[in-house]
Amino acid sequence: MNAPHIPKAFAASDVRSEEMLLNMGPQHPSTHGVFRVVIRTDGEIVIDSESHVGYLHRCFEKHCESVSFLQSVLYTDRLDYLTSMGNNLAFSLGVERLFTDLVIPERAEHIRVICAELNRIASHLLAIGTYGMDIGAITPFLYCFRDREKILSIFESICGQRLNYNYVRPGGVAYDIDDSMIAAIKDFCKYFRPKAQEYDDLLSNNDIFVRRTANVGVLSKELALSYGVTGPCLRGSGVKRDLRRDLPYSIYSRFDFEIPVGTGERGTLGDCYDRYMVRVREMIESLRIVEQAVSQIPDGPFKTDQIKGKLRPPKGESFIRVENSRGELGFYIISDGKDVAYRVKCRAPSFHNISLLTDISRGAMIADMVAIIGSLDIVMGEVDR
Amino acid sequence: MTPDKVHEILKAKHAQAVSAFDPNPKHPSIKIAPEFWRVVAKTLRDDCGLDYLVSLTAVDRAAELEAIYTLEVMDGARCPIHVRVLVPRDNPLIATVEDIWRTADWHEREAWDLMGITFVGHHNLVRILCAEDWEGHPLRKDYKSPDTYHGIKNNVT
Amino acid sequence: MAESIQEINLNNDSPTRDNILITSVDQLVNWTRRSSVWPMTFGLACCAIEMMATGASHYDIDRFGSGPFRATPRQADLMIVAGTVSHKMAPRVKRLFDQMPEPKYVMAMGACTVCGGPYIKHGYHVLKGVDRLIPVDVYVPGCPPRPEALLEGLFRIQDKMKRERVLDRERIGLRPKLLVE
Repeated sequence: MNAPHIPKAFAASDVRSEEMLLNMGPQHPSTHGVFRVVIRTDGEIVIDSESHVGYLHRCFEKHCESVSFLQSVLYTDRLDYLTSMGNNLAFSLGVERLFTDLVIPERAEHIRVICAELNRIASHLLAIGTYGMDIGAITPFLYCFRDREKILSIFESICGQRLNYNYVRPGGVAYDIDDSMIAAIKDFCKYFRPKAQEYDDLLSNNDIFVRRTANVGVLSKELALSYGVTGPCLRGSGVKRDLRRDLPYSIYSRFDFEIPVGTGERGTLGDCYDRYMVRVREMIESLRIVEQAVSQIPDGPFKTDQIKGKLRPPKGESFIRVENSRGELGFYIISDGKDVAYRVKCRAPSFHNISLLTDISRGAMIADMVAIIGSLDIVMGEVDR
Repeated sequence: MTPDKVHEILKAKHAQAVSAFDPNPKHPSIKIAPEFWRVVAKTLRDDCGLDYLVSLTAVDRAAELEAIYTLEVMDGARCPIHVRVLVPRDNPLIATVEDIWRTADWHEREAWDLMGITFVGHHNLVRILCAEDWEGHPLRKDYKSPDTYHGIKNNVT
Repeated sequence: MAESIQEINLNNDSPTRDNILITSVDQLVNWTRRSSVWPMTFGLACCAIEMMATGASHYDIDRFGSGPFRATPRQADLMIVAGTVSHKMAPRVKRLFDQMPEPKYVMAMGACTVCGGPYIKHGYHVLKGVDRLIPVDVYVPGCPPRPEALLEGLFRIQDKMKRERVLDRERIGLRPKLLVE
């Protein structure tokens, strides 16, 4: 075919495109909360962008210095409110690390792992569902919420809350679980395993979805490492780093599970599709851990009897990191022997993951910006604390 | 890279910079004099291989402000090493390390915002979490939250 | 609506039989308005997740006509403030409220927007109740409120709409007030 005839008046070289500043957020349906990014565009292309955070700064660290250790657990819930169990677990492990000879009962350790992994599945379900919605697919969102409700009703029977559980506490867990709850968890495992195939059919193999995400927002291994990116974002770039395996905490070393990493199956290694696929596969691995933990849960006490009265850790400092659903959540806790912490610093994974947005969005289309932010899966409660 | 090894390398290269070393296996830490911090940071990254700044914790120690840099080797997680830099409260200046570890950029902004440690040489040291016109540094122990902010009552208990 | 509709049956062979209904303008306008309350997608924090759950498959807010969550304030008539409002966010909340067309309604969802919630004492950067900034019609407590509670809040808004009068542009007696101390 001949090239179309273009009149000289409309030659591409004559058209002047002008730069524009575009403000996205803090109220925007696809910035996942109150995240604001100022984009400098040339037409449809993002030349540069600047992230603004802090619109949800809720003074977490000040609260930890003002209320007792046990009350601080309540505020950790509201950091990454999609993975409250993981936050509780991290803070509790940090406080327990200050003690020298604290022994956590086996049953409590198993309940902790079960809850943390179920919460990881719930969190990834929401991440996948809302990611589909960002891209333009509404059905996966409804499917994901259907299954997420099943996990939430298990949590509700365990601790009475659908969100912000305040369940895992220093020394064990708040309440014991009974046989009916264990049966419900087993039922969920049976129910959920075939569902993963359904998500693959709905979203992973959907051509529109693949075209919107493959080769978009490529995060190279070097860039991810230099920014301290962790969690599914880092594993999506092909780095096999998971604290559950590399630096085991609680009783994770006993379980058999794989660490899924990105392979670049549909595009380039480290693109949005890889990060998405890591989350999909991680849900199955979490399910495997839950199944193993439920099958070998022992009888016994659900919290230690070594802590009597007020929780008063000895003087000292501790730093703990756990693999949360968004990456490595760390707490630096300084105690001066009182029942109130002297200083608590939270090392939030989303805070690191979103700081590289400027670098990976350069040269992308504005519509891809939404796909990139969605694939990083940030939670502003954790970024702003 | 074990803490003892790091201490050895630092002792050999910057003998006067290291002022204390705590080899506690649960929480190893090294104290560095603030005037040597930048050169020590380069050594930590290049010679000791600590290429990952996990976290930067700013602590109010009454007469002094402390910045605790938690460092680790990215390739394979191990127990991280904590590097302490203490500066006087009335003149809290620390050299920036944002070009050494990129993670430090936002962390230093946060430490300045909440604790008021000035990182000399940082390219964009502005508030990151609090509002732009916020006054004071909230995580200092003597901080009093404002009674009103933009005409809205703030302390209501 | 049903109780206020009168069907006119003049006589059995009239052509108007089963074709004419009588109601007042107020009733009709309020009925249409409360049957399609369009909320704004205004998720701030944890409560936004429960708001999403209310809109999703299990609780299905579509049953009550409030399904279309609009991303822009100009198409919405209900603002569900779902989550903690910080001082940095406060001017944006006010601006979004001002951009909504009248008549507009505000629901404070969750303890943080009702009074500051768990952040009331030490939260230096948290607005202690969104009613210091914009007038609130309905308060839904909880941390976060369950989806059922949010639906109940929506019903209370609908009850309020039921009592409005078309000619009463200023919504005298129904317009909420700002909290002034």
